[in-house]
Amino acid sequence: MIEQQYIDLFETYREEIDKNATPGLNKERDAAFESFKKLGFPTSEPEDYKHSDISRAFDTELGLNLRNIPIPVNPYDAFKCDVPNLNTHVFFLINDRYYDKPRSNPSLPEGVFAGSLQTFSEKYPRVFNAYYNKIADYSNNGVAAYNTMFAQDGFVVYVPENTVVEKPLQLINILRGGVDLNVNRRILLIVGKNARVKLLVCDHTVDDVHFVVTQVIEIAAEENAQIDLYELEENSEKATRISLLYCNQQERSKVTAAGITLHNGYTRNDYRFKLLGEYAETHVGGLAISDKKQHTDNFAFLDHAVPHCTSNELFKYVLQEKSTGVFCGRILVEKGAQKSRAYQSNHNLCVSDDAHMYAKPQLEIYADDVKCSHGLTTGQLDVDALFYLRARGIPEEEARMLLMVAFTKDVVDMVRIDILRERLEYLIDKRFRGDLLRCGNCNVCK
Amino acid sequence: MENLLEIKNLHVSVEGKEILKGIDLEVKKGEIHAIMGPNGSGKSTLALVLAGDPRFEVTKGSILFDGKNLLEMKLEDRAREGVFLSFQYPVEIPGVSMVNFMRAAVNEHRKYKGEEPISASDFLKLMRDKREMLGMDSQLVNRSVNEGFSGGEKKKNEIFQMAMLNPKLAILDETDSGLDIDALRIVASGVNKLHTDDNAVIVITHYQRLLDYIKPDVVHVLYDGRIIKTAGPELALELEEKGYESLINTANTK
Repeated sequence: MIEQQYIDLFETYREEIDKNATPGLNKERDAAFESFKKLGFPTSEPEDYKHSDISRAFDTELGLNLRNIPIPVNPYDAFKCDVPNLNTHVFFLINDRYYDKPRSNPSLPEGVFAGSLQTFSEKYPRVFNAYYNKIADYSNNGVAAYNTMFAQDGFVVYVPENTVVEKPLQLINILRGGVDLNVNRRILLIVGKNARVKLLVCDHTVDDVHFVVTQVIEIAAEENAQIDLYELEENSEKATRISLLYCNQQERSKVTAAGITLHNGYTRNDYRFKLLGEYAETHVGGLAISDKKQHTDNFAFLDHAVPHCTSNELFKYVLQEKSTGVFCGRILVEKGAQKSRAYQSNHNLCVSDDAHMYAKPQLEIYADDVKCSHGLTTGQLDVDALFYLRARGIPEEEARMLLMVAFTKDVVDMVRIDILRERLEYLIDKRFRGDLLRCGNCNVCK
Repeated sequence: MENLLEIKNLHVSVEGKEILKGIDLEVKKGEIHAIMGPNGSGKSTLALVLAGDPRFEVTKGSILFDGKNLLEMKLEDRAREGVFLSFQYPVEIPGVSMVNFMRAAVNEHRKYKGEEPISASDFLKLMRDKREMLGMDSQLVNRSVNEGFSGGEKKKNEIFQMAMLNPKLAILDETDSGLDIDALRIVASGVNKLHTDDNAVIVITHYQRLLDYIKPDVVHVLYDGRIIKTAGPELALELEEKGYESLINTANTK
């Protein structure tokens, strides 16, 4: 059993784990452990993981930095994230630890906290206890349980009610290590009533070892809150990223979440939204550009629990060479959630003969006065468009680039930070041309 | 004047079915030719073959363009050598803006000639001049290529692209279809402004109407993959009056 070594590890090092975390984090471990022992890592057996065997990633010797041995890295030097254009407040996680030597203390609006999960759990115990592990659900997901067992730190953004953070925040996750490593990262986003914030999260790999990253993102969008979360993955081919995003939305809250998989190894992203207050609105998007043997699996679950909510999903894949894309989009409209509007689109380009796309829309609707739709296409580049462009003197390779970049446009358009959108367009263009700096540099900032 | 285009005994098939059955056509610099003919006679096929549509197979014959073997050229090279097809059905390309599309096309033409890319300000000026020449809304060029354009806007956009690329040979495949009379006049006047002694135009049309504005030097009638009659502009008027019937009957009894 693959899980056994992790069960043993947890039991053996429990004291070390606790010692290098805070009581707030520690008190969640026992229940998570019980859950993990029952569930284990998902294999390809359960329907939701049919095309992504998560357990396989753990079937190897992985180190865990449970004693919080400092990783020698100065992220400012390593990544030159001077942010010349992208005007953001920058934060770093080195593996799963908060980097606590920021160059300058960002001047955030009064009452706003952005920083270490450990610090937050001690400084704001009441808020921490109200939200940490209250949104994620490890009772039915082995990865969430595993992450909760081992999580020792992470990043928190807390925006109290009626507060607007104008300048976007940027979290840069850096994977760094001399041996194959398992990293268990937590992100907690609490946005109070009428509050607003935008967060960009970038994933980077520095070292050429295997990284297996679990990430649990919990988002609480209180009444009329507005949250934008953009994730950009630029990991190495040796990285496995298993991300679980859980979001609870209250009345009239609006959440936009978009994940761009620009370069990766093996990726599984879950987007689990619960629309719990009326007139809540969710926009969730994903874009994967892949080649070689890259694997990207996006799983979206939109739960319309109450009436009058809106959800909009747009997931796109451009698959080249021997890469694989997986999309499952589940929409649940619960009984009584009348006047729900739920729209889902999934469009995929298989540019090569060896690329594979597995796509599945799942709509479960138990209310009778709703508007729901889904559209799914998987195909190749439009030959008529290709001919048209070439007939104007644009060489075939260039014409293909133009069409592939164009295909990604509507996902990028979901991003509501102008300068980031432009940066993404530029990076996507570079990615298709094969001259993206794969890792070791923060492409967003440079 | 020298021949810009020389087509000899051109046979073209698609999926094993022969569509063009021996076309001979010479177009000199400075000339305007009209090709007319009933539906299904092969007019659009001829246009697409000249542009380099890979769906068609040339089984016999030759095409010289400006002294070069056109059939050996990739389709993008044909465009850069100066062949321009105004499509009968322009393609919508969501996500590719007209500006990016035209910048790429103009720069590829320049690169082919060994010239530097066009400067941003020159490019914008070029866009504005040509757009104004065709009375196009500035909004149109900011949109994605042909996306959501009306039939008339699409045809205008074709001539706009022609104006941007300044080809040696423009082939207008039913550019008049879908145009109201005002748009037709604007499009025709655009074509006339672009026409010089150094370039040539082939107008493919069903109707005399367009030829009132773009006056051809030569009119050909294409039927069943062959040119069955070539004459001066009076032929178009005659066809408008009498239809193709009598010509076709003569051709069939040959």
